[in-house]
Amino acid sequence: MSTQYIDDMSGVSTTGHEWDGIRELNNPLPRWWVITFYVTIAWAIGYTIAYPAWPMLSSATRGVLGFSSRGEVKNEMAAAEAAKTKYVAAIKCKSVSEIAGDDALREFAVSAGGAAFRVNCVQCHGSGAQGSKGFPNLNDDDWLWGGKMEQIQQTITHGIRFAADSDTRQSEMPAFADVLQPEQIAQVSAFVASRSGAVKDKSMSEPGAKVFAENCAVCHGENAKGNREFGAPDLTDAIWLYGPGEAAIASQVRAPKSGVMPAWIERLGEIKVKELAVYVHSLGGGE
Amino acid sequence: MLDNKQIKRLEAEAVNSAKTRQPLYAARKKIFPKRASGRFRQFKWLVMAITLGIYYLTPWLRWNRGAFAPDQAVLIDLASRRFYFFFIEIWPQEFYYVAGLLMMAGIGLFLITSTVGRAWCGYTCPQTVWVDLFLVVERAIEGDRNARMKLDAAPWSARKLFLRGSKHAIWLAIAVATGGAWIFYFADAPKLLGEVLSGTAAPVAYGTIAVLTGTTYVLGGLMREQVCTYMCPWPRIQAAMLDENSLTVTYNDWRGEPRSRHAKKALAAGQAVGDCVDCNACVAVCPMGIEIRDGQQLECITCALCIDACDSIMDKLGRERGLISYATLADYNANMALATAGGANPVDPALVRTASGGFVDGLAHFHLGKIFRLRTFIYLGAWLAIGLVLVYSLLTRERLELNVLHDRNPQFVRLSDGAIRNGYTVKLLNMIPEPRTIEVTLEGLDGGEMSIVGIDQAPSRSFSVPVEPDRLKTLKVFVRQPAGQIKKPVQRFEFRIEDNAGSESAEYTASFNAQENGR
Repeated sequence: MSTQYIDDMSGVSTTGHEWDGIRELNNPLPRWWVITFYVTIAWAIGYTIAYPAWPMLSSATRGVLGFSSRGEVKNEMAAAEAAKTKYVAAIKCKSVSEIAGDDALREFAVSAGGAAFRVNCVQCHGSGAQGSKGFPNLNDDDWLWGGKMEQIQQTITHGIRFAADSDTRQSEMPAFADVLQPEQIAQVSAFVASRSGAVKDKSMSEPGAKVFAENCAVCHGENAKGNREFGAPDLTDAIWLYGPGEAAIASQVRAPKSGVMPAWIERLGEIKVKELAVYVHSLGGGE
Repeated sequence: MLDNKQIKRLEAEAVNSAKTRQPLYAARKKIFPKRASGRFRQFKWLVMAITLGIYYLTPWLRWNRGAFAPDQAVLIDLASRRFYFFFIEIWPQEFYYVAGLLMMAGIGLFLITSTVGRAWCGYTCPQTVWVDLFLVVERAIEGDRNARMKLDAAPWSARKLFLRGSKHAIWLAIAVATGGAWIFYFADAPKLLGEVLSGTAAPVAYGTIAVLTGTTYVLGGLMREQVCTYMCPWPRIQAAMLDENSLTVTYNDWRGEPRSRHAKKALAAGQAVGDCVDCNACVAVCPMGIEIRDGQQLECITCALCIDACDSIMDKLGRERGLISYATLADYNANMALATAGGANPVDPALVRTASGGFVDGLAHFHLGKIFRLRTFIYLGAWLAIGLVLVYSLLTRERLELNVLHDRNPQFVRLSDGAIRNGYTVKLLNMIPEPRTIEVTLEGLDGGEMSIVGIDQAPSRSFSVPVEPDRLKTLKVFVRQPAGQIKKPVQRFEFRIEDNAGSESAEYTASFNAQENGR
């Protein structure tokens, strides 16, 4: 631009920009605005020195304050861990019963155990620990291997029928398809069903009692109340792992299914296992 | 062919023609309000003392609530989510009390504005009070209006630097004290003061002080009237709030005009002369820097200092006070009609004055009856209704509450003897600052019994649970019903809690599932 153009009305010079006769006035910016602008520039420079900012070839400048988001997370995680230390240390050196006897410790263990349960156990036992066919419901009061806190701890630690752990809970019900006649299987199924419900057909259940006494009472007990030593279920109650009714019982007599649960001690460690035991016990069925 | 002159020129002008166009930007013109004196200035000193006193002293008032609650009379305890106001304690779920108070504040503002105009703006708004306070400092250091204008126009010198520096230093000190007082509402004041002074208080305390110091200094010291004129919504809303019976600060043209600096000369020349001697005292004292004689306007905060200024001039001249006065638009219009003979002529003082110099009888004057109009009754009614509902609910509210959450997963559990068990999370709210023993009982549900995790007691229909003062206690409750007594897939029953002292109780109707729903 060669000559300075002064706007008639305002008496202010223009920037020299012109679009279709529209000129831009060169009014000075308000002083407070300019000062604020310079302050922000100074702030930005200070900021880039104090905090990570300038990209380099492989990383970026670190900033003199040494801040990093990752470090923040690390600190927060460490703080969270530190907050738990007191409880974790107590859980480590106390037995599960002692843990359950201490209100604060029990609350912590139930909470931590619940978290561990949702990661490791829900795949088989269900998100509400309600189980399903073949996978025990942990809310009820029926326990194959015992519902005391120490027994639950033992089960979680070493698993059930888990070959890799020598201390695992071990038992096996033989298949009676080859041992008993189909008639006898029908009779014993009728007998077992009658122990927890009304007797339907005496001509079947009465001979069944004899078959039971000869073949089943060794493990399930003479009164069919089961035996936790072998994880032999109580056959007189309302809970059926593989389903109620004569047909389901007969199928289980002919070719029994037995569940397998892994030992968790190596994967989760003693503290988590204790927390899990306290949690499972707290679900309402603990003894 | 027509000649140029034969083309008729139309009387028209573009609304934005270049010669009349105004720039959109207006630089601020500095305002140097002169100190007024008179009854409104006295009243404003009083209001300032009271409002500042309330603000600074409230956190230091003590109120004994016993051993289990803080003894600060007014405390907003954000960390434990409690609000204490003298004998009232509010939990977060009772926030509707605060909402109700805010509604009352809003309607109260409508009520006040419809009767006495923008009294809030003129007397009690924090912006007005703090600007007033800052002006006291400014005047004490730099002198009154003329001295300040002279100083402002003077080149920078050691004296100007010293005066300006000390003014801003004191302003900042007031700003710090303002921000500093705010934080005491949120923690135990004496303890927090010690922490703030020793540098051990929480960073958020210092941050709050810094932010409020900044806003107080900038809004009260530097921006002043611009906050009201440009930032505040209330001047805009007032247009809807005021009506012709609301009191506003009014220049009474009907006795002031025609204004004259040389009344005697004009009188001698046979011209009419009004009471206004055009001394500009009303303009000089105005903290908003406006001309009240132009009529009611958005910028006017109705601080009434121009009334004081004008009254003192009228006193000196031996005329009646009230050339500028609190008046309603209705009265003003009636008097204007009188003075202008129905609007036909310019104002003629002779029409409102008798021969002996007094006012004629027909002048309209404000009387208290004008406050009582349908509109103000509606505002007052709404305000009282909300207030009474709040007071009633405050007096009858329960300080013992019960919340029950039914376990959803699993919805029910079948036990080995065929009984059904449901799990519930039961929350007991002890909302008084004293420990209580709460009796939890089961009502309905034939044969049902409950057990509570962590309480070593045989299943029963009733449990005694100790609850800490002012706390919520969460219980895990298992309810069990024998197989033979389950009648329906879903049964209703009640959890009932009762303070062992027997003064308060609460119930919750829960459901007991014996069959999965929704499958």
